[in-house]
This record gives sequence, structure tokens and C-alpha cells, in this order.
Amino acid sequence: MLPLLLQEVSFAVNGRTIIDRISVEIAAGPRTIILGPNGAGKSVLMRLCHGLLKPTAGVIAWRGPTNGGLRQAMVFQRPVMLRRSALANVIYGMRLAAIAPRERELRARDVLEAVGLSHLAERPARMLSGGEQQRVALARAWALNPEVLFLDEPTANLDPGATRDIESIVAQIHASGTKIIMTTHNLGQARRLGDEILFLYQGRLAERALVDRFFRQPVSPEAASFIRDELPQI
Amino acid sequence: MNYKSLLSCLFSISVLVGVPAGAQPRFITVASTTSTEQSGLFRHILPIFENKTGIQVRVIALGTGQALDMARRGDADVVFVHARSAEEKFVAEGYGVKRLPVMYNDFVLIGPKSDPARVAGSKDVLDALRKLKAAAVPFVSRGDRSGTHMAELALWKSSGIEIDREKGPWYRDTGQGMGPALNTASSMNGYILADRGTWISFKNRGDLAILVEGDKRLFNQYGVILVNPEKHKHVKKALGLAFIDWVISPDGQKAIADYRIGGEQLFFPNAGQEGA
Amino acid sequence: MSEITQALGAAGAMIFSFDPKLIEIVLLSLCVSLTAVLIASVIGLPLGAAIAVNRFTGRRALIVVLNALMGLPPVVVGLVVYLLLSRAGPLGELGILFTPSAMVVAQTILILPIVAALSRQVIEDSWQEYQEQLRSLSAGPLTSALTLLRDARFSLVTIVLAGFGRAAAEVGAVMIVGGNIDGVTRVMTTAIALETSKGDLPLALGLGIILLALVLALNATAYWVKEAAQRRYG
Repeated sequence: MLPLLLQEVSFAVNGRTIIDRISVEIAAGPRTIILGPNGAGKSVLMRLCHGLLKPTAGVIAWRGPTNGGLRQAMVFQRPVMLRRSALANVIYGMRLAAIAPRERELRARDVLEAVGLSHLAERPARMLSGGEQQRVALARAWALNPEVLFLDEPTANLDPGATRDIESIVAQIHASGTKIIMTTHNLGQARRLGDEILFLYQGRLAERALVDRFFRQPVSPEAASFIRDELPQI
Repeated sequence: MNYKSLLSCLFSISVLVGVPAGAQPRFITVASTTSTEQSGLFRHILPIFENKTGIQVRVIALGTGQALDMARRGDADVVFVHARSAEEKFVAEGYGVKRLPVMYNDFVLIGPKSDPARVAGSKDVLDALRKLKAAAVPFVSRGDRSGTHMAELALWKSSGIEIDREKGPWYRDTGQGMGPALNTASSMNGYILADRGTWISFKNRGDLAILVEGDKRLFNQYGVILVNPEKHKHVKKALGLAFIDWVISPDGQKAIADYRIGGEQLFFPNAGQEGA
Repeated sequence: MSEITQALGAAGAMIFSFDPKLIEIVLLSLCVSLTAVLIASVIGLPLGAAIAVNRFTGRRALIVVLNALMGLPPVVVGLVVYLLLSRAGPLGELGILFTPSAMVVAQTILILPIVAALSRQVIEDSWQEYQEQLRSLSAGPLTSALTLLRDARFSLVTIVLAGFGRAAAEVGAVMIVGGNIDGVTRVMTTAIALETSKGDLPLALGLGIILLALVLALNATAYWVKEAAQRRYG
């Protein structure tokens, strides 16, 4: 599957250009953070990569070998829970991925334990707190054993404690071999979780760099001013 | 929510409902009038017939005009109405096999006890109608092409009044069955022509009473006709004839005569009577 | 006023004596309307869901028509079904005119648009919320529709109850296609119409009270179902 190649990708709606001729190759390995101010087009870019949106110009292609199908998953800013138990929500994702019935419940309980929600497995998912729901969403995605996990501002609506939980789980998922591609507008989070930064500004890819270099010496003026304005931010 | 038990309950209900349409008992469909249904006559005589023959009689009660139209469409096996000229036309057009007289009752002129038109006790219905028009008192007409309606129109004509042209706001053309029309007359204290049978079993009389009766012209003859099986193949000829034969037989005629409300006989059997 | 209290008294006596004719009429009413709502739901719920999750030309026009059909006058439906089922009509061979089956047909036609239009609305609202997540999990239109139907089950129960209430309360359609035949096609509403026209108010009122009680019970059930579901599943 990976690497993911974007060539002159644009996306426009009603004459308004939201993504403007982005070309980039995203390889396996490092945790990629898509950073930028609000309105830069981060969420749209994520959806284009994941396949929820089709580009109005340009090509998006998965260049790597596809063994066993294209396995990718996405976690959204607001977790979407079905009116079922947390366990059932996780199992639902696996059913759609045609994972064998016998395996589903076992795997579901495993991932729920890994995210620290074993004690809430039978609870109706919609009755859980925002942070807990987001953990269920992560568990659901993780259970698919995806090659790529997209996350769209997953902690934007959560308090610091819940945010920490989510970040630690994302780190675990990465450690288990999944490529992480995540958007955020929070510099501190980008620093904590990222290996490389793709900085978006007004729909264009303004800069790409490894995380240390990006924060120490941003090359593009837009990135520099963004970092300056957002600091101090932990 | 226990889906399984709810589902099986509904399934058995639908089977139950399907049964009447599927494995039906022997039955015929009779198109008749609201006056015969609402007077309770059928409630009395049909069980006797059904017990004797095992044939269920399903009565659809409409106005005479509607009943004959329904039969023309082939939706009934037998018609049992009271409008001789319409019935004869029906047979002449080929929709009915033969018209047989069955019984008669009479119409009565109903009105408020206060009787502003001064017609009470009269033996001349035509004269009474002229007085009604002159006094311009509220008069309720069925207006629904029923036998009663046709009789009413014939009486206006016989009294020399072209009611269609000469009616005024006092003439209320309601387009209703006998019962609803009586309700209307009761609530506006108006006059109305009704068949005695419906009047006797009518419970909402208010201030109304019989004002004119006994005039030979108020005579109301009922006829029964088998719908022509040659026009509509599916008509139940044998069962329909069984019903007709019974109704004009001594047994059927006796059943009709036996029907009373408050000791009063409503319908007078006259099958086989010449010229009826 | 005393006439009403008198009639009410007689009606009460009749109800509590379990008059067999009364019971027969009530059971037939329930039978016919329940069967009609069952068929209408089996067709209407999936239809509503299908319209909600799919996009096709003429979709908006279809929705407008469906919503308009909710207001079909029962007496018009009765007339049309009568003309279809009459011996002189195209489906006369079926021979179901003036039987409960014809009444079921007419009432099904009457409430099908209600079930379909309302379920479409409910499912479409859910669809807005769930769409991206479901597509991310590779759920196609069919799977999505089924998932949403299951997820909205409590709202759908309310819709089905509403359809049943409409069917049980109408008189125009069943009067024309049933013929109000004593012992065969006489239901609560047609019996009330007949007894009122005969001036026999106690029986009419008795039936009216039962019908009102039924409608009240239905609404209370619908409310309770939604409440309980909300508390349990969120």
C-alpha cells in the first residue's frame, strides 16, 4: 500500500479552491503530522487521502504492494458511536472488514483492554464520556489492524487528561506497526507525537520537514509566523 | 424488545385475516338499501335463511341508485331495492334477470309537532306537499338517488310542483342516507319523507312525529332481482336463486311479516301480487 | 347534556359486559390495521432507508411526492381501491372486494407513504451524522441502510405506531372497500358511523371510547419506548 503519492492534487467546491496543487509522497515509518491554522485545508486533505473525497484535479495513488487489500482506518474529531455497546461497536468494524466471526469478539476484547476500557465493554457506547468514546473509536480502528491510521484532530474536543490518554494510545498503535497520519492545529501535540511535519497554508503545502528542524528553523515565512503566533503553547 | 414473539403474533393475525378471503363459507353479496338495513329487517330474516341453507348473506347497504350501479359493475349477486321504474330499467338493460315483488312498506311524512305548515292528519300527501312549499318550511331531501328520494321526487311531480326549478332555500338537499337525513331533520325541526321502517327504529327523534300517513300514494314496493350471470360470469347464480326463492316463498314471506318493532309490523309481504 | 351522560352510562355498561358483537368489531379493527401496518412497514422502512442513503436523479422530487402522499385522503384511497378491485375493474378476478383483505390493501396504501416518508427523514438525519464513519469502514449503501435502520429502531417503532394509529382511526377507505357488512367487514370506525346515522348513540359512543382509549394507549407506548431507549442507549 504505502507509499501514498499525491500529484498536483487540487480540490475545489463551488469555484472555491480548498486544496491547491499539492504534490507529496508519504512513506511508511515516521508519524506524519499535518499541521496548519484553521481553514488551511487539513481535514479536506485527510479525506482526500483516505478516499472519502475525490480530487477535482490531480492523482492520488497508493504505490506500494497490496497484500490482503487496502487496510486503512480513520478516527474523526467527533467519535461516531452506534446505539450499541462499546464492544458491539468494535465488532461492527471488523464485520465490515470481513474478519472471521470467531476472531471478532476475541480481538475486540483485546483492543478494548489495550485502550483501558475492558470494564466498560458492555456499556452503551453513547453513554460514555467524550474521551471514552474516542478511545472506543481508536479501538475500533486498531482492531482492523490497518496499515495506515488517519486521525482528524482527535483530541480537539477533549480535556487534557483525555487528550493524554488518546496520545498514549496513538503511540501504542504506531509501535505495533501502523503508519500514523494525523492533523492538529496544536503545536505542542505536533511536537509530542510527530516525526515529520507537513505544514499546510491556504491549501498549499508550504513546508515539509522533520519535527525538530521544523520547530527550530522553519524555512517558510508562513510556518515561521504560525509558530511565533501560537507560542507559548504547551 | 422481544421481536420474535411480536412477529409470530402478527403473522398469525395476518393468516386469520387472509382466511376470510381464502377459504370462504358459501355466501352471496346482496346490494340493498339503507332503509332495509337500518330498519333491522335483515338482522331478523337473514339468520333464518342462513340456518336453513348454510348460505351466508352479506348485505351492502347503499342508496337504490348506488346499489343498482354496483350491480351493473358486477359487484353484487342480488339486488333488493325499492324503486320500481329504476329496477325495470335495470332488467331491460340486461343487467338483471327478472324483477320479483317481495314486500311493501309505506312512506310517512314526518315533521315537527308544532307543524307550522298545518299538514298534520291530512290523508292527501300531494296537498300536504303543496302546503309545505307555500309555507316555505325547512324540508330535508335525501338527494342520493335512493328509492326514497325517487319516491319523493315523484310525489312533488304528482302534486304539480317542478321541485328542481321551484325549490328555495327551505329545501335542503343533503345527499345522505335515511338515518343521517332524519338526524338533520331532527336538528333543524324540519319536514322529511321517510320510510316507516327506518322511522320506527330511529332513536333521535327530537321534536318530530308522523304528520301524514295512509295515503295510497305513499305505498313503497320492494323488488328483488338476480344479477344477470350472462353479463357477469362470476355471479353466484344457484346461491342467489336460493335466496330469492326463499324470500318469495311462504317461509320467507312469513319471516318478513313477523318482523316487528314495539309490536308494530313494518313490512308487508306481497310476493306474486299482480302489478306490484 | 343529560343525553350525553345517559349515552356514556349505557356505553360503559356495554363495554364492561364484554358484548360479543363489540368484541368482534374491535378484534377485526385491530386485525385489519395491524396487518396493514405490518405490510406497510416491511415495504416502507427499507424504502425510506434506501432513499435516505442513496443519491439518484429525481430523488428530491420523489421525496416531495412521498411527503405529499402522507396527506392522502382516506376516502380517495377507498375510491381508487374500489375501482381497482371491483368486478368491472382490472383486479376484479381476485374477488377480494368487500372482504377484510380489501380493507388491508386500502389501509396499507394509506399508511405506506407515512412510514416511508417519516423513516426517510429519520434515517437521513442519522445518515448526516454517521455517513463519513460508515464510509470509512467500507460500508456500502445497503449495509449503511441496514445499520441505520437498526440504529434508529426506537424512532422507527414510533413511526410504525403512528401508522397504526392512522389506520385504526380512518373510516373513509374501509367503508368503501369493505362495505361495512355486519359480521364480516364492520370495524370500529364504520360501526360508529352506522350507529350514529341510526341515532343509536350509546353503541356509537361505546365504540368511540374504545377507539380513543386505543389511540391514547398507542401514543403513550410510543412515548414510553422513546424515553426508555433514550435512557438506556443514549
